[in-house]
Amino acid sequence: MIEVDSLTKQFGTKTAVDHLSFAVNKGEVLGFLGPNGAGKSTTMRMITGFFPPTSGDAKVCGISIVDHPAEAKTKIGYLPESAPLYRDMTVIGFLRFCAAIRGLSGSAKKAAVERAIETCSLGTVAAQSIDTLSKGYRHRTCLAQALLHDPEVLILDEPTDGLDPNQKHEVRQLIKRLGQTKAILFSTHILEEVEAACTRAVIVDRGVIVADGTPAQLIAQSGSGSLTDLFRTVTSRDTEFAR
Amino acid sequence: MSSLTIYKRELGSYFAQPTAYAIIVIFLLLSMGLAFTFGSFIKAGDASLEWSFFFWHPWIFMLLAPAVGMRLWADEQRNGTIELLGTFPLSTRSAIIGKFLAAATVWLVALACTFPIVITVNYLGDPDNGVILSGYIGSFLVCCSFVAVTMLVSACTRDQVVCLIVSVFVCFLAVVIGYDPVARALDSFATPPAADVLAATGAWAQLVRWWHQGVSQVVEVATSFGVWNHFASLNRGLFRLQDFVWFGSIILVSLLGTSAILSAKRS
Repeated sequence: MIEVDSLTKQFGTKTAVDHLSFAVNKGEVLGFLGPNGAGKSTTMRMITGFFPPTSGDAKVCGISIVDHPAEAKTKIGYLPESAPLYRDMTVIGFLRFCAAIRGLSGSAKKAAVERAIETCSLGTVAAQSIDTLSKGYRHRTCLAQALLHDPEVLILDEPTDGLDPNQKHEVRQLIKRLGQTKAILFSTHILEEVEAACTRAVIVDRGVIVADGTPAQLIAQSGSGSLTDLFRTVTSRDTEFAR
Repeated sequence: MSSLTIYKRELGSYFAQPTAYAIIVIFLLLSMGLAFTFGSFIKAGDASLEWSFFFWHPWIFMLLAPAVGMRLWADEQRNGTIELLGTFPLSTRSAIIGKFLAAATVWLVALACTFPIVITVNYLGDPDNGVILSGYIGSFLVCCSFVAVTMLVSACTRDQVVCLIVSVFVCFLAVVIGYDPVARALDSFATPPAADVLAATGAWAQLVRWWHQGVSQVVEVATSFGVWNHFASLNRGLFRLQDFVWFGSIILVSLLGTSAILSAKRS
């Protein structure tokens, strides 16, 4: 469903993503791990068509994001890192706007908005202005926007960031449930999440993949039975300073 | 279709917040206030709106049009919502058109709210309503151009204040540069040299002649970038193709520039 082929992004002389290739199939939840600045968000922004890649291509359901961006984008639901929202709108107004942009109208739009509100438990705040919501609700509103058009591919950039433990658990359960019928790529810093929600994980560092496998394989690879140890050995700690 | 969705959202956002109301009220206060005071609308006893009313519009728009347009892209970039727009299946072009039309609509409403002065002038005298309509069209085109320029500036920055200041400055230049007293002052730099210099031969006289030619050409080009040339003729009821082309090109170039800047920022 997602095929990333030798994707590269350079900002000036700096290479943020370096010939990255991987694939995510239907029914798979791929955890995208790596230290800050490893190129996770940049990769996701390229797959979703926000950044044009310097070279390489990403195919979503077989459609190239470089050659047919508009068509490929209809297949993707995307939750950006900071969960950006139009704060002057109400939750339901925002979701209706997103549904309209996705080409839904009439009863299909109404049903899609209702389903997204239900899936993300936003019923109690639906009529509230986004400005007045807590971070957890704002995050879920943005997640609801990604689910509106029932996309085949979900790309979630740190979907549990800034949520409380209960909300984290709910989002993980949701990812797991949705992952049965979709291809999901999500990035995270939290290594327990990999075991809790992923069927497979890759670790990227400085724009290249340094480890790839099922959570069990990765744990075995670490030698000590801890993902954290593996993470610390395969990634460089000076990334932040080098960039 | 997606332009329409963006248009509705933007327009809703203008009227959901105090922005549109504040702008419309201040515009009405300024335009009416200036017409009845410095514009001598009553004292002049002239049943036209050319000097008393429309004359002030470019001056007001140069301050207020950037206030309407400044948030269009600056806000999207600051909030990160540009990432949502960029990953929705819609082209940058339709987003730009939708946003521009929404801002233009705010101004259409503001201009429509000045209708009492049209009623007044019809009650007091016998004006040529065709000329008044043409004045309104000219006025609307001036503010659409200013909104488009502001949009271009707002694509460059995520800071609304920077966008406001830069756009007001650009619009101020466009208003001032073709304004008669300023144009005359600029022209005086290009006063033809005295007859004896013109007749004289030699390097110095040649230099003076070149200077004169150069300055008068620069002044002419600069003046043609001002709004007055084009606004004034519409204000007098003259529909000249060149004026529509001029306003149209300013708007088109600004919108295309916005699109180019937004794309360049991502790559």
